[in-house]
Amino acid sequence: MNFPVLDHVGSSTVGYLEYIGGLVIQSGKTIRALRKTFPVIGNVNRWKSAIRQMLAVGVDAIPMVGIMATCSGFILAMQGATELRRFGAIQFVIDLVTIGFTRELGPLLTAIAVSGRSGSAFSAEIGTMVVTEEIDALQTMGIDSVDFVLAPKFLAALIMLPCLTVVSNACGILAGGAFMRITAGMAFGVYISGVIHSIAMRDVVTGLLKSLAFATIIVNVGSLEGLRVRGGPDAVGRSATSAVVKSTFLVILADVGFTTLFYLTGGH
Amino acid sequence: MNDPAISVRNVVVSYDNRRVLDGISLDIARGETMVLLGGSGSGKSTLLRHIIGLAQPQSGQVIVNGVDLSTRDQRELKKIHRSMGVAFQSAALFDSLSLEENVALPLRELTRLDDSTIRLMTWMKLAVVGLAEFGKLSPQALSGGMKKRAAVARALALDPEILVFDEPSAGLDPIVAAELDELILALKKAFKMTVLVVTHEMASAFRIADRLAMLYKGSLIAVGTKEELQSSSHPRIRQFLDRVPDRILETAAGRQSIERYLEGGQL
Repeated sequence: MNFPVLDHVGSSTVGYLEYIGGLVIQSGKTIRALRKTFPVIGNVNRWKSAIRQMLAVGVDAIPMVGIMATCSGFILAMQGATELRRFGAIQFVIDLVTIGFTRELGPLLTAIAVSGRSGSAFSAEIGTMVVTEEIDALQTMGIDSVDFVLAPKFLAALIMLPCLTVVSNACGILAGGAFMRITAGMAFGVYISGVIHSIAMRDVVTGLLKSLAFATIIVNVGSLEGLRVRGGPDAVGRSATSAVVKSTFLVILADVGFTTLFYLTGGH
Repeated sequence: MNDPAISVRNVVVSYDNRRVLDGISLDIARGETMVLLGGSGSGKSTLLRHIIGLAQPQSGQVIVNGVDLSTRDQRELKKIHRSMGVAFQSAALFDSLSLEENVALPLRELTRLDDSTIRLMTWMKLAVVGLAEFGKLSPQALSGGMKKRAAVARALALDPEILVFDEPSAGLDPIVAAELDELILALKKAFKMTVLVVTHEMASAFRIADRLAMLYKGSLIAVGTKEELQSSSHPRIRQFLDRVPDRILETAAGRQSIERYLEGGQL
């Protein structure tokens, strides 16, 4: 008997499982190759390559991440103030923005920005290398493409995503301060002391841990999409789109997992 | 043949239930130039990918310098990769690196030579292919012929015993293509390497080959010297050598159908 719907569901499920399996295997290889990119103990060329990637992934992304976080901080403060003012609790906007950014918005906004900027760039770059036989050339030379291409990108993302998250947290919280100064006339010093009062080291650390997981997802999804390119330039374009969609989706899924874990362990 | 450099034994490759290589067996002797001929879709690129270790056959063996490429011994595989230089059809140069950095890449990655030795060796390899003064240029600034020569310089970087060319003349004008043929001959004479060339350019093939192997629909239909191939009466070999097309749309009905299509109708 033939059941086309079951066939379709079955083949789609196998396809997703195969993708996740490939992603896990590749992540393992990238993590193992990471040591070779370290300065002093690793290969100096890989370290130099990682620094170039840090500039592209991190430094060049500061304006974008900063503006996104500033706007989001302002919006969060505005929306929060509308409701809290009714209860005479406008000062709680400080807690809302500080906790909101350090726990959630800082890492998530940064990951979404980096996924859009660098995830697609990784995929397009590696996809082009596949199309132009550069990956094949590495393999025939006996050079591991994971070591040569992926590991420097991974190290760069692991270092720069937490840094960008800190920038994002700072911009978001400062935007909240600007809003409070304009609408409630709150002195900036008072706002900052409120922030210091409500900020928790655990929130900052969990946010940074999340950003490490997000970096792993963005780099490996982008790279896997690039390595799976078959065909010509149109396939490279499709892989870049797919990298952004899949990495953003997986980042949000991972965020749900982390938040649930931290909630259940009582941290939040 | 005593201890061939490359031995392909009964290799079978299928994609989606379609046999791309159907029990191919071929030995390439040390110091020999073997040209692999075949039309589009004949399976020659697939066979090449298996010989250079980019793919594993469903059955059969590819043995290079006595090592079966299906081995899981990474050290042995690395040794084989180091003994084989590959010049790809697209040249496969890294655009983010300069020409000399491209040629130096295998030396930097796979040897412990000091920087000055690597620079000297890189210059020598570039000089062999006539590109010594272009080392600082980016691959994007090179012509098609220069890119192909640069790919040869990179393939030569580790002084391989086997040199592989994938469609060396593709996309080149006849003069540059002829220059590349002469370069292949000169390299073989100078370094006594085993050379494997995949091409469908007949003039180039007959200029450089010691022996030729012809693939048709995944099977080897001939292996022999230039003279043997030229005197063959096999219909497919004659068709290939005499450039006879498979289908001739010269019937009145065929021509009318194409004219109708061009006027906006349907075929």
